[in-house]
Amino acid sequence: MATVTRLVGGDLGLAEDAVQDACAAALGRWAATGVPSNPRAWLVSVARNKALDRIRRESRRLDKETAAMRDLGPPELPPAARTGDDELGLIFMCCHPALDAQVRVPLTLRSVCGLTTAEIASAFLVPEPTMAKRLLRAKHKIRDAGIPFRVPDRDDLADRLAGVLRVVYLVFTEGHMATGGEVLVRGELCEAAIRLARALAELLPDEPEVSGLLALLLLTDARRAARTDARGDLVVLEEQDRRRWDPSLIAEGEALVTEALRQGRPGPYQLHAAIAACHSTAPSAAHTDWRQIAALYGELLRYEPSPVVEANRAVAVAMAEGPAAGLVILDTVAAHPQLQRWPQLHVARAELLRRLERRAEAAEAYRLALQLEPPAPERAFIHRRLAEVAATG
Amino acid sequence: MKYLFVLYDRPEGESPEPGSDEWMETLGAYQAADAAMVEAGVMIDCAPLQSVETATTVRIRNGETLLTDGPAAEIKEQLGGYALVDCANLDEALKWAATIPAVLHGSVEVRPILEIPS
Repeated sequence: MATVTRLVGGDLGLAEDAVQDACAAALGRWAATGVPSNPRAWLVSVARNKALDRIRRESRRLDKETAAMRDLGPPELPPAARTGDDELGLIFMCCHPALDAQVRVPLTLRSVCGLTTAEIASAFLVPEPTMAKRLLRAKHKIRDAGIPFRVPDRDDLADRLAGVLRVVYLVFTEGHMATGGEVLVRGELCEAAIRLARALAELLPDEPEVSGLLALLLLTDARRAARTDARGDLVVLEEQDRRRWDPSLIAEGEALVTEALRQGRPGPYQLHAAIAACHSTAPSAAHTDWRQIAALYGELLRYEPSPVVEANRAVAVAMAEGPAAGLVILDTVAAHPQLQRWPQLHVARAELLRRLERRAEAAEAYRLALQLEPPAPERAFIHRRLAEVAATG
Repeated sequence: MKYLFVLYDRPEGESPEPGSDEWMETLGAYQAADAAMVEAGVMIDCAPLQSVETATTVRIRNGETLLTDGPAAEIKEQLGGYALVDCANLDEALKWAATIPAVLHGSVEVRPILEIPS
């Protein structure tokens, strides 16, 4: 998709249709003739020709053929090594500041990760036609306003990077904890995000926040196998079977974050990665260095002064100093109106209240969380806890 | 690709007094920006507009020609000028737009020209 988009001069809509047609043609042809030795090259070549045909047909009406042909680039097939560059060009295009902030993640999910419009609509809790319209508007803006398909040059790169890192992070979190649908974890999104983070780290080896993001994704993805049980329900961190964590991802992530922090330019991704590393170095939940984690969240507040970070700090303080200490912080945070509709806040309060044996209040908080309709896989966990506190109530 | 830069500047009361030092400095900055775009070969045309009070708006409704004293849209900022440029892509156009002094207190809208074949 990325390569074809580049070959057709950045027109995402045209590239999408051409790639789809090429895949359909492949299904027909290859069944009869067998899969070619370089299937990717075949698809790119066929897609490019289909796009050319379409431009010729349309430009005969609009008399733009010469200009369009000139913009299409050389006819030879791209070497396989270009894939990474093309994906980077595509993501910088999808994350361009000229596009509405709200559409950048959906557009990246569609164009880079290949999700269907229906899947994306469900992730963002909007009706499918609404999402389809937003995506179409974005594609037209790219084409009509001339948003280029490329990695920005040095001067712009620093500014544009923050936006791209954020989108990659959001793609990962969507894979790690899906907001829509019944499946909690979508591995292919996590893998796509990690692939993009690796490409960015290669492109920008001197940016510690880029390595920090990659480290965070690796350390978090390392826990994937342990995060859901046989029924697909969420298994919280302290209950996960750590033997199912991936040691090579953890080793790589820890090395990355250590090296990044050594550069002395800390930032939010590095700090989030450091927190993840605290968890991954603990041989068991009981051995977790919660004091260090609480301190890291405190440091993170300087870059991300949000009640969500403070809430996480409260949980860490509760683990280090006892539930009462954590509840004090959490109750202050809970006063924030924007957090009232965040189910995880009520779950966190409920957990601390439960540990303080304040069962009636815990039950109420679990119920509040359920009313706010958390993702399906979390609900089973909350129901279980609610049953526990209500049982001896 | 051709783009039109539509320059919106501060409301009349907030702009520097013509002839003042600040006004002269701003004028110099505009001239420098225009010269740079000409030098780079992207400038097609540009001009400042006289103030909003000099505007007359024309409409025809139900066969009747209506003239009003003032701009078409009543907005706080003043539509103060334009530049028509030819750039490789939006990034290049945005870079040039950012050099125009209007961005400091007002804004520059960058709109691609709709090319209609002759």
